[in-house]
Amino acid sequence: MSGRTALRHRLAERGIDRQLLLLAPAAAFVAVLFIYPFLYGVGLSLQPARGGPLGAYRQFFADPYQRDTVLTTLGLALPAALLNVAASVPIAYRMRGHRSGWRSRGKRLLTTVLVVPITLGTVLTAQGLLNFLGPTGWFNRILLATGLVDAPLRLTNNYWGVFFSLVITGFPFAFLLVLSYLSGIDPTLERAAATLGAGGAQRFRRITLPLLAPGLATTFCLTFVLAFSVFPSAVLVGDPAGQTRVISIAAYDAAYVRYDYPMAAAIAVIMGVVELAVIAAVLGWRSLLYTGSTSGGKG
Amino acid sequence: MRRGLVARPAAWLVWGLVAFFFVNLAGVIGSVVVSSFGTRWFDTWLPQGWTGGWYAQAWQEFGLLSVLLVTVQVSALVVGISVLIGVPAAYVLARRSFPGRRLLYLLFLLPILMPPITYGIPLATVLYKYGFAGHVSGVVLANLVPSVPFVILTMTPFIEQIDPAIERAARMCGAGTRQIFTRILAPLLVPGLLAASILVLVRTVGMFELTFLTAGPDSQTLVVALYYSMSAAGIRAQQSVDAMAVIYTTMMLVLLVVALRFVNPTQLVARVKEDVE
Repeated sequence: MSGRTALRHRLAERGIDRQLLLLAPAAAFVAVLFIYPFLYGVGLSLQPARGGPLGAYRQFFADPYQRDTVLTTLGLALPAALLNVAASVPIAYRMRGHRSGWRSRGKRLLTTVLVVPITLGTVLTAQGLLNFLGPTGWFNRILLATGLVDAPLRLTNNYWGVFFSLVITGFPFAFLLVLSYLSGIDPTLERAAATLGAGGAQRFRRITLPLLAPGLATTFCLTFVLAFSVFPSAVLVGDPAGQTRVISIAAYDAAYVRYDYPMAAAIAVIMGVVELAVIAAVLGWRSLLYTGSTSGGKG
Repeated sequence: MRRGLVARPAAWLVWGLVAFFFVNLAGVIGSVVVSSFGTRWFDTWLPQGWTGGWYAQAWQEFGLLSVLLVTVQVSALVVGISVLIGVPAAYVLARRSFPGRRLLYLLFLLPILMPPITYGIPLATVLYKYGFAGHVSGVVLANLVPSVPFVILTMTPFIEQIDPAIERAARMCGAGTRQIFTRILAPLLVPGLLAASILVLVRTVGMFELTFLTAGPDSQTLVVALYYSMSAAGIRAQQSVDAMAVIYTTMMLVLLVVALRFVNPTQLVARVKEDVE
């Protein structure tokens, strides 16, 4: 037996053989189009025109107009993501577990209709919000006609316009995820608690919520990522020079308006770091929670 | 039934909020549709008259035919290439264990977890450097970055469902890896392939950021063209922008209706297990 065959056998025993070559295109692809540009961007961000290797970062944090975009983005994304997750829980909780009858058909209809805003995307949502919530839009007309307000509410081209657009695109996303997590929890667990005398509120707080919490953490993360990268709606329904100058606008400005690529790369890096920090914090908290089977055992 | 029609106040509050959300959603979509068919709409409940002229105008002004052709071309290429690259990788990840498997999985997860802008800007810089950006090829390459991992994540559970004994039997009968893929796995994976392709298609048509960062004047997809026409508002009639938005919505809705025939709504947002029937 030659040495090469022996090596191949030893590798095969550890699970390495020619079949792994099927992974090669995908791995090469991620390396060339994701890892390389990312490292290139980091490298670029360390070579600003002036100010030494960390010049671009220092310039970002020294300028309040730039630095505040981090807080602006978090101020939009965190409340929007929290609201989307918090609103999904009671609604999904009422809808779970109906597999027949009109409630089941209602559930199917609702999940189908909720997919619509996800596919509309932020650009169309922005256009719709401008028409609907604008000073002469239907929403303000109804408020004026019913006498709830005296003057039209200003709901677009400011913080609220962007916030509503984040809720419209983010809520269905969060709801569908929470619903699927809830469906994965065995209903017999709750029935068991009910036979032991637990009321509705107690069952939710002591049985369902702890089992659901890890799923909620994941949902929050995914919704937050969506809200954090808000760009088109911040420009179109927001106030892109002031109240809703989010970090992606700052990055875009640097790259395509001022052609300061090191600065743009630095902002992209900061954006990634801030986002990953929030996700790491949430997932770190999640790892303290119960993570196991959500189906009841035989006992 | 445990709960009758007379529900507790908390339940009414919950359903009230859902109804409020849907009424507003209908208002948001409805106002765009109504505006696109209206003649003059200023400070009244409904436009003064009705016309279909804005569609003709939008079609000509924005060169919608070429934009639609680019959109179709980009989405078809992205779907095709990401399935070709993603499915073999999903197969290995689903079936095999090897050193570094978890790391590789995390690597495939990252492009989905990061906001497109964060990697889109460095990616666009690199694509401009090598002359891809500004053409259809650059747009396709950029859109592949989240699509390939997405195909891998969607396909892995479908592959896990197939009994490995079938493949072993085929090997016993002398089939090679290539034959196993084309004769055994491909027919069994048709539902999964359809689901993954449609999901990637919906995501690519709706993907704004990456296309926006890499597209040139003649490689814009519909959503980017819509954004440009909106941000340049004032030059063009609001209604023709609305007409374009309606065309985009209709296209997305058709895709969505097709998609929902093949996939569970929850799959559109993430890979999660099906309801237990």
